[in-house]
Amino acid sequence: MTSIILRTATRYMFPPLLVFSVYLLLRGHHYPGGGFVGGLMAGSAFALYSLAFDVASARKLLRADPGDVTAIGLAIALFSGVVALFSGNTFLTGIWWDIHIGPAIAIHLGTPVIFDVGVYLVVLGVLLTLVFSLGEEE
Amino acid sequence: MTLLLSICFIAALLAPWIHRACNRYAGALLLSAPLAMFVWLLKQLPELMHGGVILQSTPWVEKLGLELAFHLDGLSALFALLISGIGVLILLYTQGYFKGHPQQGRFLMYITAFMASMLGVVLADHLLLVFIFWELTSFTSYLLIGFNHESEAARKAALQAMLVTVLGGLFLLAGIILMADAAGTWRLSELVQRGDLLTAHKHYLPILVLVCVGAFTKSAQFPFHFWLPNAMQAPTPASAYLHSSTMVKAGVYLLARLHPALGHTEEWTLLLTTIGTITFLLGAIMALGQHVLKRLLAYTTVSALGAMVMLLGVGTKYTIKAMAAFVLAHALYKATLFMIAGGITHETDGETSVDKLGGLRKAMPVSFFCAVLAGLSMGGFPPFLGFVAKETWLHSLGDYPLLIAATVIGGAAYVLVGFSTGVKPFVGKIPEGLHAHEVPFSMRVGPVVLGLGCLALAIACGPVGHAIVQPAATAIYAKELEVHLHLWAGFNKYLVISLATLAIGTIAFLMRPFILRIGKRLAVLGRVGPDAMYQMLLDTVLKFAAWQTRKLQTGILRDYIRITVVSTVVLVITAFLRAGGFEGWDNLSPLSLRIDLVGVLMVLAAIATVWSKSRLRSILCLGVVGYSMAMLFSFFGAPDLAMTQLVIETLTVILMALAFYHLPSFSHFSSRGTRAIDITISIGFGLMITVLVLAALAVQTPTPVSDFYLEHSYKEAHGRNVVNVILVDFRALDTLGEITVLTIAALGGAALLNLRPKKKEDAA
Repeated sequence: MTSIILRTATRYMFPPLLVFSVYLLLRGHHYPGGGFVGGLMAGSAFALYSLAFDVASARKLLRADPGDVTAIGLAIALFSGVVALFSGNTFLTGIWWDIHIGPAIAIHLGTPVIFDVGVYLVVLGVLLTLVFSLGEEE
Repeated sequence: MTLLLSICFIAALLAPWIHRACNRYAGALLLSAPLAMFVWLLKQLPELMHGGVILQSTPWVEKLGLELAFHLDGLSALFALLISGIGVLILLYTQGYFKGHPQQGRFLMYITAFMASMLGVVLADHLLLVFIFWELTSFTSYLLIGFNHESEAARKAALQAMLVTVLGGLFLLAGIILMADAAGTWRLSELVQRGDLLTAHKHYLPILVLVCVGAFTKSAQFPFHFWLPNAMQAPTPASAYLHSSTMVKAGVYLLARLHPALGHTEEWTLLLTTIGTITFLLGAIMALGQHVLKRLLAYTTVSALGAMVMLLGVGTKYTIKAMAAFVLAHALYKATLFMIAGGITHETDGETSVDKLGGLRKAMPVSFFCAVLAGLSMGGFPPFLGFVAKETWLHSLGDYPLLIAATVIGGAAYVLVGFSTGVKPFVGKIPEGLHAHEVPFSMRVGPVVLGLGCLALAIACGPVGHAIVQPAATAIYAKELEVHLHLWAGFNKYLVISLATLAIGTIAFLMRPFILRIGKRLAVLGRVGPDAMYQMLLDTVLKFAAWQTRKLQTGILRDYIRITVVSTVVLVITAFLRAGGFEGWDNLSPLSLRIDLVGVLMVLAAIATVWSKSRLRSILCLGVVGYSMAMLFSFFGAPDLAMTQLVIETLTVILMALAFYHLPSFSHFSSRGTRAIDITISIGFGLMITVLVLAALAVQTPTPVSDFYLEHSYKEAHGRNVVNVILVDFRALDTLGEITVLTIAALGGAALLNLRPKKKEDAA
């Protein structure tokens, strides 16, 4: 599959797709979106790239092994649950902080968001594990 | 107490490293743990003698009401002293026995872990804690019996011991739960005070039977006795420790412990006395036909355990005293004889048969000395502890002539075995080709200490009875009683009986070849015995498992899908009909034109998927179904779902296209019949889902759970998107489970894909 149109389009589509997937991930707590959809979206971006070019270059683009991405995601999700244990709550209780950057700006951050990041990475990793192994030329 | 026990467990965990770090002194270092326990226990004795009980409790799983609760009374102390005391000697013995063995560290770990678990069993106060330690002893025993894992016999014996004892463990668990429910407490220390409540309870009989099965399997009572002689595949230190003096007594301990709670009834007496007596005689008789040192000892151990159960069953003040005394005497002489047997085998390059041994007294003088002490104590000769115990025992059975007769038969067998194992290998002429030398120092300490103990404790039997046996018997009987042990109780009929037993046994020993022949004839019975039944049962189960695996795991994808789908349909429909069936629908919203259109599109696409002759077209049609679904979601105000569905659908099409790319071109291989079945199955599945969805609409809960989520989503979880909040906060554990499953699925998929033959590499 060596379509110039697809390749060119993919080159331009890829960055916005990834940005959009992160956007979906972060807005998920208040508006439609979330780690699952975000991860799928990012996965599709890479899948598209591997279709337009080949799996090897998509792998290079990802830089990490999809298996590692999955493992790290799972670890992050677990870790976000463990945080609550330190303050005497049960596993996976949501803990929120206000992180002040500068005088008027504060980021409202909580473990559920971190958990969602984990979900995002797991979905991305799982998807790419399968897509890459299926698409790899013998 | 809790601390000392934890130290034992930690020592077990660290054993391999300790062994690696200081090879020669590992045993010596490790034995400091049980030694500390032993010393501490001795220090508590004065308090226990006055009826004191030490309780310690640390919260563990508070929500389940589970505590690390331990108690020490006379009964626990008797067993714990034996476990820790003999444990010290065994660890030392192991040092010599396994000298230079590459896996000595592993063995040390197992046996220390076993010791700690066993201490846990006798010290635990919470019933569930008892059970946990109980199972741990089964488990460590499995590891120890199967230690020579390269031998098939050892693996089989280990599996057998584990299956039997763990099966019993399950019975015990059921019994424990019923018992705790009936008595309203999990604490043994409270339970034993509620005997009236328990014995009058409607579940008394089930409780008694369940607990007894648990105890009987552990303590190798008939008909579960067969695992113990087979367990002699274990290395000798393990046999000496587990299968003579400690683990097998766990069942006896439990029965003794529960005597105040469950005893003093006809059922108790009948069950325990019958089984105990049968085991006692059976073990003694089966020992006659044996000539392998360890098996001889194993069968008499079975017999001795039977005797303890029998004495407990009778349950009078006197038999309980006798039982406590016998536990002590038996542990001392049996552990000594096992250690000697191990030493002989060790130093004669693996000779195990009594008949091929003789004249070792010159080569192994110390062992000879100890063996004679223990052998005579086993036979019940004065002035040894065995004699003292046998005296008390006979005295206590004054009203039960049948049991006295049984004791005489069993006692004579003990004399025979005592001579065979304690004296026979050392006297007479050395058979040709037998070379032996004395065991190393570390293997000498144990037999010497315990062997002399058989003598010394008998001479000091007055104070010993007062300090150790009396508190134990008091705890079993749950009423004040006094124990006076005597070496010389005056000339009476019991002394005559005792002496007659000794005489019969000695004569039998002199006629040993004759007895051995009879014993071997009896061994034929083994073919129809419980051991054979166990083997048959195990084989049947394995055959059944193989059969149903062949039937279900065909390796054909279509079969798997069929089985999954059909069972889902059948189960769901059954549950659905049971719940009252379909109630009709009233609150369906009216269909609008756009929904109609999408619906029609979906149906058409679905039909096209099935009819299509090309895979790619099928996939694309399936994609149309999915996209239409996404459209429906967005019509009904579920943007999250719609979005996810869209992306999923795209990816599915890509993945399927990638997968089909590797497949050969499409053609029909299946017959019309199979396809008809497949159609029926898929229609059935579709119908089920339809009915289910429609029925779900009719379900009305007073306060829908969605209200809760809507209300608390922003207030407590700081999120306005309820769907997402549910996923990552309220039900985060579910999501965590899901992504874990996803990961595993990906690993499995990737592994399968990597199994593809690498064509290019092969060609090159």
